[in-house]
Amino acid sequence: MSQILQLFIWLPLVGFLTGMLIPKKKEKTISGIAMAVTAIHLMAMVGFIVYWLRKGDAILDIKHIVLYKTTAFEFFIDFYFDKTTATFALIGSLITWLVSIFSRYYMHRDGGFKRFFNTLLLFFLGYNLVIFAGNFETLFIGWEILGFCSFLLIAFYRDRYLPVKNGLKIISIYRLGDLCLMLAMWLCHHLFHENITFNQLRDTAFINGHLTSQDSMFIFIAIMILIAAAAKSALLPFSSWLPRAMEGPTTSSAVFYGSLSVNLGAFLLIRTLPLWENIPAIKISIIVLGVLTSLIGASIARVQPTVKTQIAYSSITQIGLIFVEVALGFHTLALIHFAGNALLRTYQLLVSPSVLSYRVHDMFFNFTPTTPKYRHGFLNRLNNSFFMLGIKEWNLDWLLYRLFWNPFKWIGRNMSFLVRQVSLVLLAVFFLLGFFSFAAKENIPDHLDNVLPVIFSFTGLLLILTAFAERGDARRAWLLVLAGQGFVTLSIALNEEMPVHQVLMYLSGVIGSAVAGYICLNKIKSLDNDIVMNRYHGYASEKPVTAFVFLLCSLGTIGFPFTPTFVGIDLLFTHIHRDQLLLLILTSLSFIFIELSILRIYTRIFLGQHKKNNHPVAYRSS
Amino acid sequence: MSITTFDEKQVLHELRHYLPAQTPIKDFIHHNSLHAYQHMKFYDGIFKAGKTFGYQVTLGLEDFRKLYKTGRIKNNVFERVITERKGVENLQEWKKILLSKEFDTHNEQRIGKLRGNWKSRNKIDLDNLVHPLLFRILCSYLDQGISLWKFPLNEEGFLASVKELERKSVVSFFKSKRAKDFLLNENYDLKSLLAIVVGDEAYFEQYLFDQQFSHQGWSGMVSAVEEAPHTLLDSKKISLHELIILELLLEIDALDFHLGKNWQPLAETVNIKPLNLFEEVPATELQEVFILWQNAFEWSYYDEVLTGLALQNTKAATAPVVKSFQAIFCIDERECSIRRHIESTDPDCETLGSPGFFGVEFFFQPANGKFYEKLCPAPVTPKYLIKETEVKEKRKHELLYTGKTQTLLAGTLSSLTLGFFAGARLIQNIFRPRMSPAISNAYSHMHKHSILTIRNQDVNDKENDLQIGFTINEMTARVEGLLRGIGLINDFAPLVYAVAHGSSSANNPHHSAHDCGACSGRPGSVNARVFAHMANHPDVRTLLRERGIDIPATTQFVGGMHDTAAEQVDFYDEYLLNEKNAAGHIQNLIAFEKALDLNAKERSRRFASINTKNSLQKVRQDILQRSVSMFEPRPELGHGTNTLCIVGNRNLTKGLFLDRRAFLNSYDYNTDPDGKLLTGVMRPIGLVCGGINLEYYFSRVDNYKLGAGTKLPHNVMGLIGVANSSDGDLRPGLPLQMIEVHDPVRLLVLVQHRPEIVLKAIQSAPEIYEWYVNEWVHIAAIHPETREYYYFKNGVFTLYRPTVQKVATMGDVEKFVEAAKEMESNYIVDATKENLPVYALN
Repeated sequence: MSQILQLFIWLPLVGFLTGMLIPKKKEKTISGIAMAVTAIHLMAMVGFIVYWLRKGDAILDIKHIVLYKTTAFEFFIDFYFDKTTATFALIGSLITWLVSIFSRYYMHRDGGFKRFFNTLLLFFLGYNLVIFAGNFETLFIGWEILGFCSFLLIAFYRDRYLPVKNGLKIISIYRLGDLCLMLAMWLCHHLFHENITFNQLRDTAFINGHLTSQDSMFIFIAIMILIAAAAKSALLPFSSWLPRAMEGPTTSSAVFYGSLSVNLGAFLLIRTLPLWENIPAIKISIIVLGVLTSLIGASIARVQPTVKTQIAYSSITQIGLIFVEVALGFHTLALIHFAGNALLRTYQLLVSPSVLSYRVHDMFFNFTPTTPKYRHGFLNRLNNSFFMLGIKEWNLDWLLYRLFWNPFKWIGRNMSFLVRQVSLVLLAVFFLLGFFSFAAKENIPDHLDNVLPVIFSFTGLLLILTAFAERGDARRAWLLVLAGQGFVTLSIALNEEMPVHQVLMYLSGVIGSAVAGYICLNKIKSLDNDIVMNRYHGYASEKPVTAFVFLLCSLGTIGFPFTPTFVGIDLLFTHIHRDQLLLLILTSLSFIFIELSILRIYTRIFLGQHKKNNHPVAYRSS
Repeated sequence: MSITTFDEKQVLHELRHYLPAQTPIKDFIHHNSLHAYQHMKFYDGIFKAGKTFGYQVTLGLEDFRKLYKTGRIKNNVFERVITERKGVENLQEWKKILLSKEFDTHNEQRIGKLRGNWKSRNKIDLDNLVHPLLFRILCSYLDQGISLWKFPLNEEGFLASVKELERKSVVSFFKSKRAKDFLLNENYDLKSLLAIVVGDEAYFEQYLFDQQFSHQGWSGMVSAVEEAPHTLLDSKKISLHELIILELLLEIDALDFHLGKNWQPLAETVNIKPLNLFEEVPATELQEVFILWQNAFEWSYYDEVLTGLALQNTKAATAPVVKSFQAIFCIDERECSIRRHIESTDPDCETLGSPGFFGVEFFFQPANGKFYEKLCPAPVTPKYLIKETEVKEKRKHELLYTGKTQTLLAGTLSSLTLGFFAGARLIQNIFRPRMSPAISNAYSHMHKHSILTIRNQDVNDKENDLQIGFTINEMTARVEGLLRGIGLINDFAPLVYAVAHGSSSANNPHHSAHDCGACSGRPGSVNARVFAHMANHPDVRTLLRERGIDIPATTQFVGGMHDTAAEQVDFYDEYLLNEKNAAGHIQNLIAFEKALDLNAKERSRRFASINTKNSLQKVRQDILQRSVSMFEPRPELGHGTNTLCIVGNRNLTKGLFLDRRAFLNSYDYNTDPDGKLLTGVMRPIGLVCGGINLEYYFSRVDNYKLGAGTKLPHNVMGLIGVANSSDGDLRPGLPLQMIEVHDPVRLLVLVQHRPEIVLKAIQSAPEIYEWYVNEWVHIAAIHPETREYYYFKNGVFTLYRPTVQKVATMGDVEKFVEAAKEMESNYIVDATKENLPVYALN
């Protein structure tokens, strides 16, 4: 019976791949595929659940494909099914199906019709991977796909400034969550000495056996999971990304930010329950976070004067409560709450344009004017303060920017001396030295063994941050990221006996993409001799094919799960020991900023308002 | 624009003049998007606007060239246009230039150059730092009913309210001290703030233009609300001056915070001279190329129209001798086809056209309504009020739209209960769309069985300075005016219908742009009903008879309304009909239904989701369904494709297929030999039809800056407008979905009268004359006797003979519609391929 589970993944994958092959103008075929895939998925799901319930609703778990295996490490795809999966799958298929029908008419003749439906199917694939995942690795593949789809749908109207800017902003928060998840995986690996499945986690004895001895590690894992969940579900302090994500077509906002994607944080918590449910501190943290998010979210929602942002904050309010319910152990209530909230917000977003005529009409008959009240005293001050905080969204957007991104930008900007000619030569020499020491590892003195990886990793991070803050030539930024990646790889290779084939596995996706990406940038540069990174160029409207190829290269470079690099990244991390906190931090930061720097290059060069206004071009503020 | 000294009042006045003039979106009133340039000749005005603000003002060069290649721009017209302007000797040279010369069409705009230096020289992005908060404050303040927690108001206005909040709170909108102190202590004026930010007075004006046009949507809205506060139901006091002050304070705040104390005013860090944004634009060869192409594009269509009309003119007059009924429709070009169909289903009927407010101007107060609605063209301010009474049914509510679902506790309960109901509603919305309180329903504007206070009882019966109802004399004047204007003064049929129009649509913030333009963007049902009531009144009939209009006692007027989206028609007060007319009415209803079927079929040609080959009933059902479908962004295509306005006898156009592109205003030159009535007839033409046409024109050629862009990501802001995202600027103008079938061609007005009479009529007022003499609208006279055309150019009507000699004929409209192809894309060459020329009907 558990063999059937994989069909729920194959179906959207096949749909997505078929959809990619259909010519742009075949609207009916493109949308038809999406409708058929989601409809079949829904029907199969209903059938499967009925069958499963009648068979006694036992939890299903099946190990599918082993992608890579050594004695200590095994990367495999695993599927899992329980009532949580059932609920999320049912609601997910239902909403995606309904929205794909809705969109068939709504999106008619939009320039990005095909893009929309293919991204929707890719999202559907990612969503199902997450909810059917039986281990962290499988879940993580889906998680990454979802983040990328979000970016594509937020920056859907790529010829305008705000969607592109917000797309990048949001994926950087997602990226932070992704990394936390990866660290949780890393620690689990070190903790259990194997790639465990969620099914194994249900074994209380197994967990308790580890719990007594490794309390702090459990706490660390739980915190990482909580950050990942909070980022995905727009809990505090990340909440301000949600209203800013409402840039794409209304239908995509409804699926993603009204309902499905944004609820996956709660899903992650439920799925990893055994890892944290016996740690009171974590439970309390989740409850506090949930309650705070609900209260602040509700107070912001009250003052929102626009329909979609109001729905966004109301949705966060409910998700905060769902987190609380999960932490308190009311799992069935949480699932019902998720389903109801998802359906309600999807509906409200889809019909959000009609709020105008409904409310204006309502006002016409029921309006009573408010007269200004002059009140004084402490309560009034408090009241006003909350009002203003609501309007300012509690400064969340600004704080995130200031506390999280600015310091790194600052470092990157001040490290630009690294790219001067002399330093470049020095770096190259340095790199070669490292390379030789890797080749002749036995000959390095022991006391350097611990220091060298850190130095290389640090250099790598600096290079990557320089790329992140680069305002000049995009090709330089591209090369800097790659050089940084080289240093990071080398540092891990030096850290431990890492077989050459594993290094190659990591580099396999990177190298080809790096070369092709560079060629793309060169091609664009030859057009106007101007690819400086201090503004948006919008070349996608002039060179759509190059833009697409470059996007694929970017994904290859950052280890998106379609090249072996993806497994390679996971492998790299396993070579960091659990006591090497510094190296871990450096490597993690590098991976966050590799992706951000690469996507920044993509957005700056290819997205945004086209710089040539020999055709209508949007205002920056629109 | 003066360069050296800064005149605050003057600059604010100019800003208001150039900012978009769109009022809150619930009343969408079409107007010329570049109204600020209307005192100039069309081409001079648009090129200047393009240079100053970076608008695209014509189609692109490549678009024109492709239209030529596909034959939409006709070669003989193309050559004639060049010859007229450039001389026959230069024809080949210019032809080559137009067809193949390479131009750099990059348009470097003047706006934003000065303020852009903050970013380029001082590395500070003021837009990013100031706009989001500024828009949020503005939107919260102006919000009409989305937020659950209203902006605490101070009755002195916007700035005073912000100040009060700042004073009585522990948090602040400002991050630094100086700007906040300015606001709290009120020790500033516009000039002193500008001196801090900009420095040199010579740059003030340019800076303010740069600043306000970096968010022209919000600035335009503030300026519109300042000028007409009543356009908001929940009225708010605000002025452009206040907006600028707050924006400058926020700019100072951002600069202080990010650059510390030691930043220099902008003018001191730049080494460019102040720029006169409105300096004359030197003529270029490229402009000339655009002018020639645009003219060739326009005349390729006009010529065919003129020839078609001329051929039609030679046919015998086809008015029926004994009329079954007469129906007066709005001049709206969407009614052009329903008139054709009703005439074909009942050849004995007669149709007429008049602006859809039927000559009766008033405010309307629906039963239990707390406000008045203006039901006449936007510039008119009525002195009358008509109230609706005796309404029994209550307005229904929609649970899922209540604000409570957005709160913490009620929201939780809603999620746990209503959420599942929402799922069911979504399924119903997708598979069985039907009318609901959330859909704007043209027929809900007035209840069918309500009573209207049309008759004034006492001239002192007033409410808010408005007289309730009309006196007999006032009624008579209005009925007479309308009937004489359309030439209906004898030969009355037993039933005369006044058919207004409105439009029902779902999930559409721009719904009022589909309603009647002559009724200030609202359905015209009340006007039709009021007009019919007046014309039926025995005392009015008596007075009319004294004035020479003898309406037989057996003739009855009936008001009704046509829903141009749902394709339905309904009539009012049918119970008043006498027995014979009631029987006739039932017969006529059958004809109307048949005509609606045919009209639905004709419209379906444009809708990809409807199979035009289906049966009439099925197509009609599909059309009705579109108007109540939440997922349908194009319930109808509005005024898309409008290009013509014909003022004259129906015989001029009766045998022609004009593809719903012509405003048709009935006018009989025989009854008005010296053109006294014509002046009144011509008054609204430029404003209403020209305004619609130019709004479509500019939204089409630059949908990004002058239009609202695609409506798919639109977010409703404070119930006053739409924007693309949470931090975006308001988007005035028309969305992509409304203009994609539109050909950007100026309106051609054809008037059936002698040229000297027409000239007198359009010269009656400067604001009317401006439309024509500055060529924002073309006009030609059709000489009633010689049937020749006189085209108006440079102040004179001169004889014009079209180049095109023949028009195609069309046999069966239904078959023709079925053969229509779906447009390949919304690129102009594909999208408007189906915009038909004129066909003679067999």
